Amino acid sequence: MAEERMHAIVVGAGPAGSAAALTLARAGLEVVLIERGAAPGAKNMTGGRLYTHALKRLLPDNWAEAPMERRVTRELVTFLTEESAISLDLKSTRMGDNSYTVLRSRLDAWLAEQAEAAGAMVASGVKVDALLVEDGRVVGVRCGEDEMYAHAVIVAEGANCLLPRQAGLRTREIDPHHIATGVKTTIELPRQVIEDRFNLNPGEGAAQLFVGSPSGGLPGGGFLYTNQESVSLGLVMTVAGMQKHQVRPADLMEAFRAHPALEPLLAGGKVAEYSAHLVPEGGVHMMPQLAGDGILIAGDAAGFVLNLGFVIRGMDFAIASGMHAAEAVIEAAAKGDYSAKTLTGYEQRLRDSFVLKELAFYQRVPGFIENTPRMFGTYPALIESILTRMFTVDGTTEPAHLASMALTEMNGKASLMQLAGDAWRGVRAL
Amino acid sequence: MKPMSIEDRLGVNKFAVDEENAHIKVDTQICRTCTDKPCTWACPALLYTVSNGELKFDYAGCLECGTCRIICPRPGAISWEYPQGTFGVHFRYG
Repeated sequence: MAEERMHAIVVGAGPAGSAAALTLARAGLEVVLIERGAAPGAKNMTGGRLYTHALKRLLPDNWAEAPMERRVTRELVTFLTEESAISLDLKSTRMGDNSYTVLRSRLDAWLAEQAEAAGAMVASGVKVDALLVEDGRVVGVRCGEDEMYAHAVIVAEGANCLLPRQAGLRTREIDPHHIATGVKTTIELPRQVIEDRFNLNPGEGAAQLFVGSPSGGLPGGGFLYTNQESVSLGLVMTVAGMQKHQVRPADLMEAFRAHPALEPLLAGGKVAEYSAHLVPEGGVHMMPQLAGDGILIAGDAAGFVLNLGFVIRGMDFAIASGMHAAEAVIEAAAKGDYSAKTLTGYEQRLRDSFVLKELAFYQRVPGFIENTPRMFGTYPALIESILTRMFTVDGTTEPAHLASMALTEMNGKASLMQLAGDAWRGVRAL
Repeated sequence: MKPMSIEDRLGVNKFAVDEENAHIKVDTQICRTCTDKPCTWACPALLYTVSNGELKFDYAGCLECGTCRIICPRPGAISWEYPQGTFGVHFRYG
């Protein structure tokens, strides 16, 4: 072939794509990282918090220079009803540098710079329209009039991915049960106000997840992350849930922001951005074929997100999967064989790493979340009514034992059998 | 706190609208056969509306999430591409 062919093209400069390009460039391979946004990060959105372990592995010497927002030292899980908030609140000096809140426009730009510094070529503002396929193998990409050829293409185009289907690695469109929509409002507040209201030392951050009213009682939940000078507030709900129950995430977002438990925390804040993004939730159940002839899929595009309800992870899976995809391409380059047979080594690398180990281990969780609707409506309401009775003193209520009081409140809402069944399935899933 | 309208919320975002090309196109013929029209409530930017029984879509405020693409029950009704490079929403926070 007459065209000049580089070793690899990476589509999408998010954490997966930049990690892949950086790893390839470090190994001395020619790689171009293509990003459709005007700059890396311009199209990306997270809740968000980054668990740092994979970043430390990618950039052991300078990971701490990454533009992260606040080191999370406070974790909250809150059951939210229309009127009440019931929280588990962990504030600990033992959290170390386990995780940081992040904003993607800054983080992704920095990660792409690291790839560029290692020798990758970064092409921003360029959209990949299609894969170039010859005799069943992917040989490059088409961007408008231009064609670019490479021995391997790593697709890291994100959750709303269009290219894997073209390559035949995804045979069907993504199931609405396996994917969720996240909406987020970024609210600017002064640094000191954030630290005072959330009880944080300078530079420390809070991460809060909500179950109940943010998602309108449907499978999903709300989130709040404190950044340096803003708060990220949003909610996530499955597309299947929205389809069935006719809910409007745009309206739920504003109802959540106005919740009596949140309003004082956000008072005086200025809405600076409103964003939305898909979130893969199906784990291994939605995984495409990960490698084909001349092609690999990494990050959200491969469905690598884990939502346990109290921990939500995606960017660490993205970074690690990008690194492993690059390693498979490096191996292919050494062999001079970029066929599916060699590139499938990527999948084995993922199985040996936390990426597929954890996604496989927790594979029952997405089903549990989806099939336990009581967790999002009935149970928050039940806990609220039991606790408000416990803490209400008005001198007129007949004294009653806590257990019988709880049973009275449960009456008609959920049976002990249902409660025990849901608890058992939850324990088994986790 | 006063809730913000969707127009006001989209108004704080930065967009570079491609005046020449709509990246999402709807086939109103197919949409006419769709009774539910889940795009009209699920789109986080509420860009799908019905006027005189006809589905309307305004691509200018699109957040490019892809919810409509996944939720649409009628194959072929929505043809979905990303905007051309540099165009569309530009998240300053993300």
